[in-house]
Amino acid sequence: MLETAITLAKIWGVLITLVGLAAIMTWVERKQSAVMQDRLGANRADVFGIRLIGLFQPMADGLKMFWKEDFIPPRGDKFLHTLAPILAFFPALVIFAVIPFGDVLRIGSLEIPLQIADLNVGYLFILAFGGLTIYGTVIAGWSSNNKFSLLGGLRAAAQMISYEVCVGLSLVGLIMVFGTLELDAIVRGQNELLFGFLPKWGIFVQPLGFLLFFPAVIAETKRVPFDLPEGESEIIGYYTEYSGMRFGLFYFAEFIEIIVMAALFGTLYFGGYNVPYLYAEGFRFPWGAEWNLPHLVVVFLQIGSFFIKMAFFCWLQVLIRWTLPRFRYDQLMKLCWTGILPLAVLNIILTGLVLMVV
Amino acid sequence: MILHFLTQAVFWFLVILTVGSAIVVVFNKRILHSAFALLFTLCGVAGLYVFLSADFLAASQMLVYVGGILTLIIFGVFLTARMYNMSIPEQTHQRFLALLPVLGLGGIIFYVLNSAEWHLITPMVAPTTENLGKMLLTTYLVPFEVASMLLLAALIGAIRLARPRKEDHDD
Repeated sequence: MLETAITLAKIWGVLITLVGLAAIMTWVERKQSAVMQDRLGANRADVFGIRLIGLFQPMADGLKMFWKEDFIPPRGDKFLHTLAPILAFFPALVIFAVIPFGDVLRIGSLEIPLQIADLNVGYLFILAFGGLTIYGTVIAGWSSNNKFSLLGGLRAAAQMISYEVCVGLSLVGLIMVFGTLELDAIVRGQNELLFGFLPKWGIFVQPLGFLLFFPAVIAETKRVPFDLPEGESEIIGYYTEYSGMRFGLFYFAEFIEIIVMAALFGTLYFGGYNVPYLYAEGFRFPWGAEWNLPHLVVVFLQIGSFFIKMAFFCWLQVLIRWTLPRFRYDQLMKLCWTGILPLAVLNIILTGLVLMVV
Repeated sequence: MILHFLTQAVFWFLVILTVGSAIVVVFNKRILHSAFALLFTLCGVAGLYVFLSADFLAASQMLVYVGGILTLIIFGVFLTARMYNMSIPEQTHQRFLALLPVLGLGGIIFYVLNSAEWHLITPMVAPTTENLGKMLLTTYLVPFEVASMLLLAALIGAIRLARPRKEDHDD
């Protein structure tokens, strides 16, 4: 009974945090792009003259989306047109269920793992639900009864099928190093030390794996260097025919994806919630120094480290979005099938060789 | 008590989702609607695997069938000209002849269900991945390799078929 309540509370907490962060991310994206382009950015929305560096902008956006006309193409498919934004929104959220955002929290005799579901097949879970995001885009494209939308949906399907293969294969090396598909175990494994001083983070044991995983995941989220499915600047993509809150869901799903992928980068390749040299009892430095800390402080530091890593990768993704021009379609496919894919296979072979020798 | 009720509710939801969407797949007249309904059938089956505590199988079901095969089906439907508005013949011809295989197959399924000795085991929520991996690379290595050879051959064959022939080239 208590366990069920705790799980529900965790789900609720994560959901609220993610949605809140996504709202803030829309503001971050505007501000960051403004800074990069030497503008002031979102600074018009004010409440009684208080502007608060544009932080009211997400609220104004939300209100606008609710009040806008919700238009369904009359000759489109009404049911599927409604279903598509839900299918785009859902997988992005669900992936976070297997990401551990902290170690075990102990309150009295109660032990609460700070992760919604510690699945034994967490890696496959992420890939499986990542694959589900295709349907939102494809169904949106088809149900709009618009040639440009349909073509956008097709581009999305081709792009995401291709990059799904790359995402899956570039992660295999990491799985081999840590010998598990369980995300919590991978994070725990990353708190060990290499050569006695270097934390065994994914980036140190799998540098090539990370370099392949990163662009593949960015391509999966369909953001600017890879935004051919939606054609953001020309708006001839799969959600051309969406307006109001239905469009809002697509828009929101994109920001939730950014956050979840940032959490994933941190978890898989940058030690997750680990702080270097911090263990359950406190810091144990390689040069012999010790610094014992109370349990709650340790948990707080770990959650903080998780959020800092997440924030860094959110920032990096926005930076990339506003730096690079769009790929041409053939370049996109070439990058996947003749660039990332062979290197990912090479990475698997190299990892296998190194594991055999060590 | 509440947990038990929740489990039951989820189970019946999955059953209704699987069977209901499967009925849509069969009876819907527009082929793309059938393909999208198949999405829910396959997800429902994955959920039922979770109830059988086959975690790896459930995840692979989602990954391979939902993420891969179904996307390819939908892609194929999209790319085939006029396919997504094609209406499938509504009327069933030769109902009596169709009845024979249906009754036959139904009879076999019923017979198997009835005569099989069912071992009721307490559900184990034990990880299956490690054992599966070990068995695939030891006891069942040959079937595993044969299956992968077959897939590789199919891949190469598909590429060979999709490539334009030499005489088709204009240059």
